[in-house]
Amino acid sequence: MTKMKYMNRYWRVGEPMVWLSGAALAVTLLTAIVLLAVIMMNGLGVFWPSELQELRLKDGSQVVGKLIRSEPTSDNSGLRRQYKIANRDLYGLDFRWIDEDQIVSEQTPDQLLVLERVEHGDFYGVLKGLDAGTGNALSATVDDLSEALGMVESELGQLSELEDKLKAASYRIEQIRLKTLKLDFQNVAENDPDRQKLNDEKQVFSQKFGNLVELQTKRTEKARQARAIFVAANGQESEIVLADIFQVYAPNQMSISDKVVFYLKKLAELFVGEPRESNTEGGLFPAIFGTVMLIFVMSLFSFPLGVVAAIYLREYAKDGILVRIVRIAVNNLAGIPSIVYGIFGLGFFIYGIGHGIDSFFFPERLPTPTFGTGGLLWASLTLALLTVPVVIVSTEEALGAIPREMREGSYALGSTKFQTLVRILLPMASPGIMTGLILAMARAAGEVAPLMITGVVKLAPALPIDGNFPFFHLDRKFMHLGFHIYDIGFQSPNVEAAKPMVFVTTLLLVLIVLIMSSVAIHLRNKMKKRYTFGTF
Amino acid sequence: MTTSRIENPIIQVNDLKFYYPGNARALHGIDLSFPEKQVTALIGPSGCGKSTLIRCFNRMNDLIDGCRIEGEVILEGESIYDQNTDIIELRRKVGMVFQKSNPFPKSIYENVIYGLRIAGEKDKKLFDERVETSLKAAALWDEVKDRLQESALGLSGGQMQRLCIARAIAVNPKVILMDEPCSALDPKSTARVEETIKELRDDYTIIIVTHNMQQAARVSDHTAFLFEGNLIEYGLTDQLFVKPQNQQTEDYITGRFG
Repeated sequence: MTKMKYMNRYWRVGEPMVWLSGAALAVTLLTAIVLLAVIMMNGLGVFWPSELQELRLKDGSQVVGKLIRSEPTSDNSGLRRQYKIANRDLYGLDFRWIDEDQIVSEQTPDQLLVLERVEHGDFYGVLKGLDAGTGNALSATVDDLSEALGMVESELGQLSELEDKLKAASYRIEQIRLKTLKLDFQNVAENDPDRQKLNDEKQVFSQKFGNLVELQTKRTEKARQARAIFVAANGQESEIVLADIFQVYAPNQMSISDKVVFYLKKLAELFVGEPRESNTEGGLFPAIFGTVMLIFVMSLFSFPLGVVAAIYLREYAKDGILVRIVRIAVNNLAGIPSIVYGIFGLGFFIYGIGHGIDSFFFPERLPTPTFGTGGLLWASLTLALLTVPVVIVSTEEALGAIPREMREGSYALGSTKFQTLVRILLPMASPGIMTGLILAMARAAGEVAPLMITGVVKLAPALPIDGNFPFFHLDRKFMHLGFHIYDIGFQSPNVEAAKPMVFVTTLLLVLIVLIMSSVAIHLRNKMKKRYTFGTF
Repeated sequence: MTTSRIENPIIQVNDLKFYYPGNARALHGIDLSFPEKQVTALIGPSGCGKSTLIRCFNRMNDLIDGCRIEGEVILEGESIYDQNTDIIELRRKVGMVFQKSNPFPKSIYENVIYGLRIAGEKDKKLFDERVETSLKAAALWDEVKDRLQESALGLSGGQMQRLCIARAIAVNPKVILMDEPCSALDPKSTARVEETIKELRDDYTIIIVTHNMQQAARVSDHTAFLFEGNLIEYGLTDQLFVKPQNQQTEDYITGRFG
């Protein structure tokens, strides 16, 4: 009887519901944490300079590599290990599985080097000699190699300065070409002074360009003279041009503090460097920049549009069947697959508006499109369209949550609807509106599908902002972290080698979303403090 | 309907009928006039139409979609339901204090001058002056003079309500409507608000809706008793409470119903 009573009470108080809701929360949190943990475990270790092992196998051969992981063999007879053996140009593959029972001995000799190369991935081996460009190799130490590399590096620095000049000159030549095209289109006479002037200018820049190219060729040749000879694990010798070596280090000699410094340097390179080797190596700066700018421009469009639309819906439109239909439509918009938005963006923005702009403002350049092709502006607009329902819904809710007394108090003092809106309602709704913006930004940061057809590229030649007038080039194509993940993870010729970068990029994307929403949440909390009534 | 008409009223209500959406009639033809610079209390049980009636005086009911009004309300000789009435101008003349205090999420100072600001006033000196006089009139000045720039949401309930009174006074209205201003306040705060009302009597016409008959007896000069959308009795407060003419009024004020 007492037990019955107890059970009755148990159900009445709702204990099972508490447990159920707690469990649901735990499951969601757990999945999120596991996902993040997997990304972090795989992503954070990528740049750690782990030691190089030299293995001697039963068949007498020798292998040098970094241990990636070990797992039971398929017949469960023992363990097998995966090694990164690098030297793609010599072996044809970067990774190799070795059964543990094949290994006779393993060592970590100090003299093993890792070369990060501009091409063909890493090289693992031992230094044999140095050839300063004379044709005969002299035996050398690692210190000699670093010294030679330093010299080459300064030459390469000069070369990249030259390259910048070349870029500037070619940009000017392109501008002159476009102006000439315009004159052609306007049927300006051959002997027109404008045309003469352009021709003169073109000659000057072409001359300059030619000289620069000549200089560049000469300097490159000189910079590429110095070489070094290395021996790989299988005894094969490889001659490598010093200019092709990005970095050399001997992981087995490094102390923990050396390794930490190295790690931090690689991390810094990730943030500021350009990608190398079809994006599988190097930095992610253009992709980070493109992602942040895309979200920023998207917010510029979707935020005002959404807020104003919500104000009309909530404050001005007369509640009726039409408004209800609009509201349902807005809510449904949020459920349309994003690729559909992408197709709409392609058809409406790029082919429609973009082409219209081209034929109106730049008819001389056709059929080469200027705005009639994918670009940052169109991708931003497409994403704005995708996120605008989120902003509308949250703004509407925030406005609706304001107590009626506030409006009445304002009206009773003789204020108009507009004054009430601007001075009372919008400030009070601002925390809720910010919530909408945060959700919209997070959604936009994660979208890839619509971008793929509205302007994202694997490798953009230039950033959307630079020193050339008008500084913001929203018509340019751009790189994006989300697309980067897809590209290097699934489109790369060497997927296994690109895998670490996939995790790093994912980590970075998550980090960016986190930073942006933290800033927005901070702003929202500040507003909330000022207008305590906010219920979001 | 004893003395529902008086000489030179500031507000004259003639046969006012009010319908909520769906044709639900809340007022069945009210005839009433309010004397200038006096306090008039409207009493009656819940749902008798007191609030609906005073909300007709500053056209607050316009905010309700689908409501309908018949009859006329004349403020200083002009019908406020005329087509040419400027509602903004009307609401500046007829201020209102609500049942639930509703200070804006702004500083105390900004709350008081809100009405001036939206009227386009920009004179800083006038602002300072009005803030002081209005807060003094609402008996709040001494409590808040050192923290005018702090948020009004940090005030106590009674202070908030007095701030709302100060806010209404700041635009120099002719009439102040009070819709159960003390219903959410403790006795001490209520006493202070009542004190304020008595002090305002010399300068403003006050119409107060209240559930509390003692309060009506304490603060008002005239009292009107409404029941189910009809005006039952109207007269000097002293007379109405001591010697009610109507049986219903007597039942109500002696607590037999309501």
